[in-house]
Amino acid sequence: MARLAILPLLALGAVLVAAAGGLPRVGDPESPAATHVSPRYIARGYEETGATNLVTGVLADYRAYDTLGETTVICAAGLACWLILGGRSRGVGP
Amino acid sequence: MNSGFGSPALDAASRLMTPFMLMFGAYVVVHGHDSPGGGFQGGVIIAACLILVRLVRGRAAGWVMPPETAVVLLCTGAGIFAGVGLLGPIFGGHFLDYSALPLTLAPAEVRAAGSLAVEIGVALAVTGVLELIFDVLVEARDDA
Repeated sequence: MARLAILPLLALGAVLVAAAGGLPRVGDPESPAATHVSPRYIARGYEETGATNLVTGVLADYRAYDTLGETTVICAAGLACWLILGGRSRGVGP
Repeated sequence: MNSGFGSPALDAASRLMTPFMLMFGAYVVVHGHDSPGGGFQGGVIIAACLILVRLVRGRAAGWVMPPETAVVLLCTGAGIFAGVGLLGPIFGGHFLDYSALPLTLAPAEVRAAGSLAVEIGVALAVTGVLELIFDVLVEARDDA
Protein backbone atom coordinates (compact mmCIF):
# COMPACT_ATOMS: atom_id res chain seq x y z
CA MET A 1 0.00 0.00 0.00
CA ALA A 2 2.79 2.39 0.88
CA ARG A 3 4.27 1.97 -2.62
CA LEU A 4 0.92 2.50 -4.26
CA ALA A 5 0.51 5.75 -2.33
CA ILE A 6 3.51 7.14 -4.20
CA LEU A 7 1.57 7.17 -7.49
CA PRO A 8 -1.16 9.65 -6.45
CA LEU A 9 1.51 11.68 -4.65
CA LEU A 10 3.57 11.92 -7.84
CA ALA A 11 0.46 12.83 -9.83
CA LEU A 12 -0.44 15.53 -7.32
CA GLY A 13 3.13 16.82 -7.36
CA ALA A 14 3.09 17.00 -11.15
CA VAL A 15 -0.16 18.98 -11.08
CA LEU A 16 1.26 21.38 -8.50
CA VAL A 17 4.49 21.89 -10.42
CA ALA A 18 2.52 22.50 -13.61
CA ALA A 19 0.21 24.94 -11.82
CA ALA A 20 3.13 26.82 -10.26
CA GLY A 21 3.98 28.16 -13.71
CA GLY A 22 0.68 30.03 -13.76
CA LEU A 23 1.31 31.91 -10.53
CA PRO A 24 2.34 35.57 -10.74
CA ARG A 25 5.96 36.32 -9.99
CA VAL A 26 6.83 37.49 -6.49
CA GLY A 27 6.29 41.23 -6.28
CA ASP A 28 4.65 41.36 -9.70
CA PRO A 29 2.84 44.74 -9.86
CA GLU A 30 0.42 43.33 -12.44
CA SER A 31 -0.79 40.43 -10.25
CA PRO A 32 -4.48 40.46 -9.22
CA ALA A 33 -3.62 41.01 -5.55
CA ALA A 34 -1.46 44.02 -6.38
CA THR A 35 -3.96 45.59 -8.77
CA HIS A 36 -7.18 45.18 -6.77
CA VAL A 37 -6.69 44.38 -3.08
CA SER A 38 -3.49 46.14 -2.04
CA PRO A 39 -4.33 49.58 -3.51
CA ARG A 40 -7.67 49.52 -1.69
CA TYR A 41 -5.98 48.70 1.62
CA ILE A 42 -3.37 51.41 1.15
CA ALA A 43 -5.79 54.06 -0.07
CA ARG A 44 -8.61 53.55 2.42
CA GLY A 45 -7.05 51.55 5.27
CA TYR A 46 -6.80 54.46 7.67
CA GLU A 47 -10.26 55.90 7.16
CA GLU A 48 -11.92 52.50 7.28
CA THR A 49 -10.10 50.81 10.16
CA GLY A 50 -8.73 53.77 12.13
CA ALA A 51 -5.32 52.10 12.25
CA THR A 52 -2.28 54.18 11.36
CA ASN A 53 -0.33 50.92 11.38
CA LEU A 54 -1.56 49.37 8.17
CA VAL A 55 -0.31 45.92 9.14
CA THR A 56 -2.65 45.83 12.13
CA GLY A 57 -5.48 47.19 10.01
CA VAL A 58 -5.10 44.31 7.58
CA LEU A 59 -4.38 41.68 10.23
CA ALA A 60 -7.11 42.48 12.76
CA ASP A 61 -9.77 43.97 10.53
CA TYR A 62 -9.69 43.20 6.80
CA ARG A 63 -8.36 39.70 7.34
CA ALA A 64 -9.68 38.99 10.81
CA TYR A 65 -10.94 35.66 9.54
CA ASP A 66 -7.37 34.63 8.86
CA THR A 67 -6.22 35.83 12.27
CA LEU A 68 -9.06 33.97 13.98
CA GLY A 69 -7.81 30.84 12.26
CA GLU A 70 -4.25 31.52 13.41
CA THR A 71 -5.39 31.96 16.99
CA THR A 72 -7.33 28.71 16.79
CA VAL A 73 -4.27 26.91 15.42
CA ILE A 74 -2.09 28.24 18.25
CA CYS A 75 -4.65 27.16 20.84
CA ALA A 76 -4.91 23.72 19.27
CA ALA A 77 -1.11 23.39 19.31
CA GLY A 78 -0.97 24.29 22.99
CA LEU A 79 -3.75 21.88 23.87
CA ALA A 80 -2.02 19.14 21.88
CA CYS A 81 1.21 19.70 23.83
CA TRP A 82 -0.73 19.51 27.06
CA LEU A 83 -2.54 16.33 26.06
CA ILE A 84 0.60 14.58 24.80
CA LEU A 85 3.09 15.61 27.49
CA GLY A 86 0.91 16.64 30.40
CA GLY A 87 -0.32 13.17 31.24
CA ARG A 88 3.04 12.04 32.64
CA SER A 89 2.84 14.07 35.80
CA ARG A 90 -0.58 12.62 36.55
CA GLY A 91 0.73 9.10 36.15
CA VAL A 92 -1.52 8.16 33.25
CA GLY A 93 0.95 8.59 30.37
CA PRO A 94 3.65 6.24 29.11
CA MET B 1 12.68 23.28 37.77
CA ASN B 2 10.83 23.50 41.05
CA SER B 3 13.67 25.44 42.63
CA GLY B 4 14.73 27.77 39.82
CA PHE B 5 18.23 29.11 39.16
CA GLY B 6 17.95 31.71 41.90
CA SER B 7 21.27 33.53 42.37
CA PRO B 8 20.98 36.93 44.10
CA ALA B 9 22.02 38.78 40.95
CA LEU B 10 19.43 36.99 38.81
CA ASP B 11 16.83 37.54 41.48
CA ALA B 12 17.46 41.27 41.66
CA ALA B 13 17.63 41.65 37.87
CA SER B 14 14.38 39.77 37.33
CA ARG B 15 12.61 41.81 40.00
CA LEU B 16 13.81 44.97 38.31
CA MET B 17 12.77 43.86 34.83
CA THR B 18 9.42 42.26 35.57
CA PRO B 19 7.23 45.37 35.95
CA PHE B 20 8.74 46.98 32.85
CA MET B 21 8.25 43.81 30.81
CA LEU B 22 4.61 43.56 31.83
CA MET B 23 4.07 47.24 31.11
CA PHE B 24 5.79 46.97 27.73
CA GLY B 25 3.76 43.88 26.86
CA ALA B 26 0.50 45.68 27.61
CA TYR B 27 1.74 48.69 25.65
CA VAL B 28 2.58 46.55 22.62
CA VAL B 29 -0.89 44.97 22.75
CA VAL B 30 -2.92 48.17 22.99
CA HIS B 31 -0.66 50.30 20.80
CA GLY B 32 -0.60 47.89 17.89
CA HIS B 33 -2.88 50.21 15.97
CA ASP B 34 -0.33 52.99 15.74
CA SER B 35 3.05 51.26 15.98
CA PRO B 36 4.49 47.84 15.27
CA GLY B 37 2.92 45.36 17.64
CA GLY B 38 -0.34 43.65 18.35
CA GLY B 39 -1.79 40.74 20.20
CA PHE B 40 0.71 38.09 19.14
CA GLN B 41 3.80 40.14 19.99
CA GLY B 42 2.44 41.57 23.23
CA GLY B 43 1.23 38.18 24.40
CA VAL B 44 4.69 36.75 23.80
CA ILE B 45 6.30 39.53 25.85
CA ILE B 46 3.91 38.98 28.76
CA ALA B 47 4.46 35.23 28.62
CA ALA B 48 8.25 35.78 28.51
CA CYS B 49 7.96 37.80 31.70
CA LEU B 50 6.03 35.04 33.47
CA ILE B 51 8.52 32.43 32.27
CA LEU B 52 11.48 34.59 33.37
CA VAL B 53 10.15 34.81 36.91
CA ARG B 54 9.48 31.09 36.88
CA LEU B 55 13.00 30.30 35.62
CA VAL B 56 14.75 32.47 38.18
CA ARG B 57 12.70 31.78 41.28
CA GLY B 58 10.97 28.50 40.51
CA ARG B 59 7.73 27.63 42.18
CA ALA B 60 8.64 29.81 45.16
CA ALA B 61 7.73 32.87 43.11
CA GLY B 62 4.05 32.25 43.68
CA TRP B 63 3.44 33.11 40.03
CA VAL B 64 2.98 29.52 39.02
CA MET B 65 0.09 29.11 36.67
CA PRO B 66 -1.27 25.57 36.74
CA PRO B 67 -1.91 24.04 33.30
CA GLU B 68 -5.64 24.14 33.90
CA THR B 69 -5.50 27.91 34.43
CA ALA B 70 -3.42 28.34 31.29
CA VAL B 71 -5.99 26.34 29.31
CA VAL B 72 -8.77 28.53 30.69
CA LEU B 73 -6.73 31.60 29.69
CA LEU B 74 -6.11 30.48 26.12
CA CYS B 75 -9.70 29.38 25.62
CA THR B 76 -10.88 32.72 27.01
CA GLY B 77 -8.66 34.54 24.54
CA ALA B 78 -9.91 32.57 21.55
CA GLY B 79 -13.46 32.96 22.89
CA ILE B 80 -13.11 36.74 23.08
CA PHE B 81 -11.99 36.78 19.44
CA ALA B 82 -14.83 34.56 18.24
CA GLY B 83 -17.31 36.35 20.53
CA VAL B 84 -16.44 39.78 19.16
CA GLY B 85 -16.77 38.26 15.69
CA LEU B 86 -20.20 36.87 16.56
CA LEU B 87 -21.38 40.28 17.80
CA GLY B 88 -21.39 41.31 14.13
CA PRO B 89 -24.22 38.98 13.05
CA ILE B 90 -26.08 39.64 16.32
CA PHE B 91 -26.23 43.36 15.55
CA GLY B 92 -27.10 42.85 11.90
CA GLY B 93 -23.70 42.80 10.22
CA HIS B 94 -21.40 40.11 8.93
CA PHE B 95 -19.20 37.75 10.94
CA LEU B 96 -16.13 39.66 12.20
CA ASP B 97 -17.61 42.91 10.85
CA TYR B 98 -16.83 45.29 13.72
CA SER B 99 -18.58 48.22 12.08
CA ALA B 100 -21.93 46.70 13.18
CA LEU B 101 -21.09 47.13 16.87
CA PRO B 102 -23.51 49.55 18.58
CA LEU B 103 -20.95 52.10 19.80
CA THR B 104 -21.43 55.85 19.57
CA LEU B 105 -18.15 56.52 17.81
CA ALA B 106 -17.03 57.39 14.34
CA PRO B 107 -17.26 54.35 12.01
CA ALA B 108 -13.50 53.95 11.81
CA GLU B 109 -13.23 54.21 15.60
CA VAL B 110 -15.84 51.48 16.05
CA ARG B 111 -13.80 49.18 13.87
CA ALA B 112 -10.65 50.16 15.74
CA ALA B 113 -12.38 49.30 19.03
CA GLY B 114 -13.38 45.90 17.66
CA SER B 115 -9.82 45.30 16.49
CA LEU B 116 -8.52 46.23 19.94
CA ALA B 117 -10.83 43.72 21.62
CA VAL B 118 -9.68 41.08 19.17
CA GLU B 119 -6.02 41.90 19.82
CA ILE B 120 -6.57 41.54 23.58
CA GLY B 121 -8.13 38.13 22.96
CA VAL B 122 -5.15 37.11 20.83
CA ALA B 123 -2.75 38.30 23.55
CA LEU B 124 -4.53 36.24 26.22
CA ALA B 125 -4.49 33.17 24.00
CA VAL B 126 -0.78 33.51 23.14
CA THR B 127 0.15 34.09 26.79
CA GLY B 128 -1.83 31.05 27.87
CA VAL B 129 -0.36 28.83 25.16
CA LEU B 130 3.27 29.74 25.87
CA GLU B 131 2.78 29.38 29.61
CA LEU B 132 1.06 26.04 29.06
CA ILE B 133 3.79 24.68 26.78
CA PHE B 134 6.54 25.83 29.16
CA ASP B 135 4.80 24.30 32.15
CA VAL B 136 4.13 21.01 30.40
CA LEU B 137 7.73 20.73 29.16
CA VAL B 138 9.14 21.52 32.59
CA GLU B 139 6.95 18.93 34.26
CA ALA B 140 7.81 16.34 31.64
CA ARG B 141 11.52 16.98 32.26
CA ASP B 142 11.17 16.85 36.02
CA ASP B 143 9.54 13.45 35.81
CA ALA B 144 12.10 11.95 33.44
